[in-house]
Amino acid sequence: MADTVNFELVSPQHLLRSEPVEMVVIPCTEGDIGVLPNHSPLIATVRPGVIDIHRDGKVVERIFVGGGFVEVSSNRCTVLAERPMAVADINREEVEESLAAARKAVEEASEHEIEEARKHLTLNEEMMAAVDSINHH
Amino acid sequence: MPSLKDLKTRIISVKSTQKITSAMKMVAAAKLRRAQEGAEEARPYAERMARMLNSVAKSFEGQKGGAKMLAGTGSDQTHLIIVATADRGLCGGFNGSIVRESRRMTRDLKAEGKTVKLMFVGRKGRDVMRREFAADIVHEVTGIGRTGVTFAEARDVAGKVTEMFEAGEFDVCTFIFNRFKSAMTQIVTRQQLIPFAAVEADGEAGESQEKDTGPKATYIFEPEESEILAELLPRNLSTQVFQALLENSASEHGARMTAMDSATRNAGEMIDKLTLTYNRQRQAVITKELIEIISGAEAL
Repeated sequence: MADTVNFELVSPQHLLRSEPVEMVVIPCTEGDIGVLPNHSPLIATVRPGVIDIHRDGKVVERIFVGGGFVEVSSNRCTVLAERPMAVADINREEVEESLAAARKAVEEASEHEIEEARKHLTLNEEMMAAVDSINHH
Repeated sequence: MPSLKDLKTRIISVKSTQKITSAMKMVAAAKLRRAQEGAEEARPYAERMARMLNSVAKSFEGQKGGAKMLAGTGSDQTHLIIVATADRGLCGGFNGSIVRESRRMTRDLKAEGKTVKLMFVGRKGRDVMRREFAADIVHEVTGIGRTGVTFAEARDVAGKVTEMFEAGEFDVCTFIFNRFKSAMTQIVTRQQLIPFAAVEADGEAGESQEKDTGPKATYIFEPEESEILAELLPRNLSTQVFQALLENSASEHGARMTAMDSATRNAGEMIDKLTLTYNRQRQAVITKELIEIISGAEAL
């Protein structure tokens, strides 16, 4: 029985990670999913949030993703992510700025733009939460 | 017979042309390398996206009324053709071959009595096609890939396509671009984007899929299939457009590199020939002067 799962993180431009891990926790649309070795096959959508990579019983890496998809099959966990970014690399000021811009956009958005603007706002809020969480750790 | 001075000017002008073409070749070679790397690095995403979409699509097999983007609208009356060319010329037959293929396809479809709508990515294709099919142009995008193709650009194109599809403006969408084979060869490719052609994805990811999944896996879907599909399909469209644009930009630089290489070589040949004529004529002038001096001296 394998005690690791192959974790792959792919963005449209690059293959970012391809490594065995003990567990990954992925923020899915309907709640976080922890993927352990021998997880049953799964396809789910990913919401903006932070992926935690566990090794040796600890979180070794935290990566922010702006949504995407996850596929788990035969001990392999593939995340197709948009805008993946290590949480430690996120620039707080930039997020604050774009968060403010997103709030404004939601207020000013016309009816058919509002959904897009809301999505953008959620993305920025999650990013902010990710930055904040690292300061508490 | 041109005078010495004329020859000199020609030589200088050809030499400066050669300088330009060889510089362009160098730039194209550097850009080609980058574009090729970009295309290769983007491949894993496209492959996995196709694999995932296949898995989801499979669970829909046999069911009626799946997503329209997957199954088509049930008609093929209106075609949208996306023609991807370069913004600039001087790249050999690159733009020409795409335009030729697009024109053929447009004419064939029209001959069958179908409605054709044209969308252009890149300036060159539009400029040529406008002469014949000005009335059919619905949308155009230029300035893509000036600093390398980005996913955001592809998403914009795909977004426009999705929007039009949802508004029921067309039934079938085809993307015409050059697939990169090598710097010398580019293959004009028609890729059907809508309805989603699963065959193509099979070819790309089929092998790894068989090996990896082993016995046919039944997936848990969260949320349910139709919702995932609704998210996955537009994303897949962007990915396919992105991939095609990357291939196209690699092809463009490859074609330009080859074209400029032969232009540089031709200029070199031309310079050799002109220099030969120049030297011959110089010698003839000297000989003539000598004869004049000698016969002048003899006459005294």
